[in-house]
Amino acid sequence: MSAQPPAPSPAPAAPKTNHIGLPKADYEGAKSTLCLGCGHDVITKQIINALYEMGLEPHKVAKFSGIGCSSKTPAYFLNRAWGFNGVHGRMPSTATGALVANPTLHGIGVSGDGDTASIGIGQFVHVVRRNLPLVYIIEDNGVYGLTKGQFSATADIGAKQKGGAVNDFIPIDCCSLAIELGGTFVARSFSGDMKQLQLILEAAIAHKGTAIIDVISPCVTFNDHEGSTKSYKYSKEHDTPVHEVGFVPFFEETLAEIPAGDSKEVAFPDGSVLKFRGVGRDYDPTDKEKALKTIHESHGKQEILTGILYVDPSKPTFSELLGATGESLTSLPLEKVRPGREALEEIMESLR
Amino acid sequence: MSSVLTETTSRAGASSEVVANDFSLQVATANGSGSQTANSVLMRSIFRMGVPVSGKNLFPSNIQGLPTWFTIRANKDGYIARKRDLDVLVCMNPETADDDVREARAGAFVVYEKKLGLENPGRKRDDLTYYAVPFSELVVKITSAPEHAKLRKLIVNMVYVGVVADLMGIDLEETEKAIAKQLKGKPKAIDLNITAARLGLDYAKANFPSKIPFRVERMNATQGKIIIEGNAAAALGCVFGGATVCAWYPITPSSSLCESFIDFCDDLRIDPVTKKKNVTIIQAEDEIASIGIVLGAAWAGARSFTSTSGPGISLMSEFIGLGYYAEIPAVIFDIQRVGPSTGLPTRTMQGDILLCYFNSHGDTKHPVLFPASPEECFTMAQEAFDLAEQLQCPIFVLSDLDLGMNTWMSDAFPYPTSPLKRGKVLDADAIAKLKGGWGRYKDVDGDGIPYRTLPGTPNAYAAYFTRGSGHDEKAQYTEKPQDWVNNVNRIARKFDTARTMVPKPEIQDPFHAPAGILAYGTSHYGSTEARDKLAKDFGVQLDYCRLRALPINAEAADWMRRHDRIYVVEQNRDAQLVTILRDEFPELATRFVPVKQYNGLPLDATTVIEGVLGDRDQQKQKRTA
Repeated sequence: MSAQPPAPSPAPAAPKTNHIGLPKADYEGAKSTLCLGCGHDVITKQIINALYEMGLEPHKVAKFSGIGCSSKTPAYFLNRAWGFNGVHGRMPSTATGALVANPTLHGIGVSGDGDTASIGIGQFVHVVRRNLPLVYIIEDNGVYGLTKGQFSATADIGAKQKGGAVNDFIPIDCCSLAIELGGTFVARSFSGDMKQLQLILEAAIAHKGTAIIDVISPCVTFNDHEGSTKSYKYSKEHDTPVHEVGFVPFFEETLAEIPAGDSKEVAFPDGSVLKFRGVGRDYDPTDKEKALKTIHESHGKQEILTGILYVDPSKPTFSELLGATGESLTSLPLEKVRPGREALEEIMESLR
Repeated sequence: MSSVLTETTSRAGASSEVVANDFSLQVATANGSGSQTANSVLMRSIFRMGVPVSGKNLFPSNIQGLPTWFTIRANKDGYIARKRDLDVLVCMNPETADDDVREARAGAFVVYEKKLGLENPGRKRDDLTYYAVPFSELVVKITSAPEHAKLRKLIVNMVYVGVVADLMGIDLEETEKAIAKQLKGKPKAIDLNITAARLGLDYAKANFPSKIPFRVERMNATQGKIIIEGNAAAALGCVFGGATVCAWYPITPSSSLCESFIDFCDDLRIDPVTKKKNVTIIQAEDEIASIGIVLGAAWAGARSFTSTSGPGISLMSEFIGLGYYAEIPAVIFDIQRVGPSTGLPTRTMQGDILLCYFNSHGDTKHPVLFPASPEECFTMAQEAFDLAEQLQCPIFVLSDLDLGMNTWMSDAFPYPTSPLKRGKVLDADAIAKLKGGWGRYKDVDGDGIPYRTLPGTPNAYAAYFTRGSGHDEKAQYTEKPQDWVNNVNRIARKFDTARTMVPKPEIQDPFHAPAGILAYGTSHYGSTEARDKLAKDFGVQLDYCRLRALPINAEAADWMRRHDRIYVVEQNRDAQLVTILRDEFPELATRFVPVKQYNGLPLDATTVIEGVLGDRDQQKQKRTA
C-alpha cells in the first residue's frame, strides 16, 4: 500500500508536527467515557504520544480490544485508524486474523486484566507463543470495573475488595508467564510513571514481534481504597523500576535522556536502539532465567517491578514462521489466488 | 412403524439368476488394519469398469482395534444411497463376524477368513452361501521374506480384493491399475499388492467353481467422472474461490477439509516469484480462536474460512453473533456429525440446521448452504465466499460426515469462470468523493447492505470503529432505542436480500403430483431413489424439491404452495427443517410430514419409502374412519 499522506488537518499557524509531518491532533480519538481519574485515560494519552513520536501513519494502524473498561479505550485514540472491539477475552484472535491478512498494518491491542488473565488467558498464551507482530497492552487494575468491582485473576493474594472481601487465590503474573512462553518483549509499567510508559510503548511499537506491556492502572472507583494492592497510593509506593529505559528510534540519532556509560544496549532490526541504565540493582533484560528469578523474588517483597523485563528482538515473528509473502492477502489479483484451468484439470485427472 | 417392505425380494441367491451391476457389498475389518487401501482399490476397480458406485466407511472413534465396515454399492441406474440389505459380505474381523452373519439377509453371500469357522456346526446358516478362504495362510506365501512379515496384516486385505474380483467378475487388470493409482510412486508396494490380489484371484478360481451371481459387467457410466471425498472437494472450492486465510481446530469429521486445503495450497498457492505462500493457514488453539482469526482476517478484507463440526459451532457462537451484528464476512463449514455432546463423532447426521440458522444470542439468522455432492461442495464453497462478501455476514456451508469423509463418484468439477464478487468495498478515491458522507452502516441502496472500507485505505475519512455494542449508521456508539431498532431492521432487510441471492432449489416435477418429497444435502440420494421406487413399485407418484439453501427463496416457497402433502426428509430426530418451515410458512404447517432417520447411518431409500407409505396408510384410515 502506498504511503500517500492523509488529508491535511486545518493548520493556521504551522503546528508542531512529528517526523512524518502530522500534528498530534491526528493521533487523538473520541472523548473518554471512563471515570474521572481512571488510570486507563493516562495510558491512552501515552499511547497517543508514542504513536505520534514514532510517526506511524494513522491509516496503517489497526486497533484491537476485547471487552471491559480497558477495551473501550481504542475509541479514545487515533480516530483515523480502524478499530475492532471484539468479544471478551478474544482480542488476540481478531488481531491475529487481521494482521496475517494484512501484515502491512501496525497492530495495537488493548486488553484488561480480566480480559487477558481470566477469560482470555488461553488466547493470551497462544498469541505470545506465536510472536504475532502486535503491541499488546494490559490495563491492569485487578478488578472488573464495568460489572462493579469483582476480583480478576491478577488480584494479589490478600488484597481487599471495596466491600471487604479478601482474595485467597494466587495472582497470575502476565509478565513472568509471557517470558516462560517465549515472549520476545515483556514489560511492566505504571500509569503513574508517564515517562517510562511512553518510552516502553515507543520501543514496543518498534519491536517486530509480540510486545506485552502489563500496565498497573488503578481503578479509581472500585480498587483505590486502603487494603487494595492496585490502588494509586500502593502502586506508587511499591513501583520498583529495574532500570531506566532509553529509546532511540531508527529515525533519530541521539538520545538525550540517558548518558552513555554504564548502560546496556539492545538493537532492533530496524536500527532502533534500546538503552538501559542500572538503578542500583543488577538487572539484565536479555537474561531470561535471571529475569524470571528476579520477578519471582519481587512477589515476596511486595515490589512491583517495572521496566522492560525481557527483550529478544532476534526471534522470528509469526509472519516469518508462516512463510507468507509479507504483502497484504486482502486484495491479491485473481491470477494469484485462482490457479489456472490446467491445474484443475490435472487434479481431476488424478482422481479418475 | 413395522417394516412394510423388504429391499430384496426373490433376487439372486434364491435362484441362480444373475444380477448385473446392482449389489451392495460390505467388508468388515478391524480399525487400523490397513483395509482402507484395499477397499478403495475394490471400489475403484468397479468404477473403472464403468459402473456407478459409492463407498461408505463406517468407522469407530478409535485408532486401532475396534470394528470398521466399508460398504460398496454398485448400481447401473446410478442409485448410490446406502442400502439396508447387503448382498455380499466379506468377514475378516473375528470380533464382529457372528453379528455380521446373523444380520445378513437371507440369500446373501459370505466370503470369510476360514479360521473364523463360520460354517461350523451350530453357526452355519442354511440360507447363506459361504466361501471360506484361508487368507492368513495364503498371505504368508507372499510375505515369507523377513522384511515382509510386518506387512502381512496390511497385505492380507488385498487378497480379499482378488477373491472378490474372481467371484464377482471384476477385471483384475482394472484392479491392478487401481492399485497403481492408489500407491502411486511406491513401486515395491505396488508389486506386492498386485501379487496379493492375484493370489486371491487364483485361489478363488481354483477352489470356487460356483461364483456369486451378483456380477460386475462393463458399462460406460463413469467416463470422465472422478472419485473424491466431499471435504477434499470443498477444500478445492476454497482454493479456486480465492480464500487467503484459513483458521481451524482439528475435529472429526471436519479435519480433512482444512488438511486438504493445506495440501492443495502447498502446490497451488506458492508465489512463482518469491516462492512464498500467498495464503495463511493457522491451526488455532480452539474453535473460538479459529473464528476470531477468520473474522479478524475478513474484517481486514481477506477471504477467510474455518471448518468444524457441531461442537465447534457451539464454541464459536458468541463470535458468530458479533460477525452477524458487526457485519463481517466469514465462511464456516460445518461437517455435521451425531450430537449432542461428543455423541457419535464418526457417524453422520443432519443435526445442526437449527444451531446454524439461528446461531448466537439475540436476534440472529444466517444464510445456510446445503451441498449434496462433491461437485456442490466445490461450487458452493466458491459461492459462499461471494455471498459472505456481498452480504457482509457469516455464511454456513452444511455438509456432513457422509458427504465429507466418504468417497463419491462425481462429475469433474467445472473451472470457475466468474470473477470473485467482493461486495461493496469503498477504496480511497470513492471515500474522497463522499467526504464525510460515508456511513459504515448506512443503507444507501435499499437492499440493507451497507458499504465498508478496509483497514489501510489511505484516506483520512475511511476509518471506522467496529463494535458489537449499539451503533448507528456512522458506526458511532449509541444506546438510543430507535437507533437500535433501525439498525436491526436494516439487517433483517439484508436477510431478505440474501433470500434472493442464495442458491435456488433443484426441482423435479415429472408428475405434477399433489404430493412431493422435500430433502436437502445427503438426504437427496435416499429420497430420489425412494421416489423412483414408489412410482415404479407402489404406484405412488411424488414430485421432488431439493432445498439448496436457507433462507427459503421464492422458488422453493412456490413449490411448497403447489404441493399439499410434503414429505420432508431429514437425518435428525426433531425434524429441524420442518421447524423452520412451519415457522416461516404457518399457513402450510399441516402439509409437512417429517420423514426422519437418525441412527448415525447414511440415509437409505427404504426409510423414505416406509415413511411415505406409512403416512398414506394413516391418511386412508382417517378418511375411512
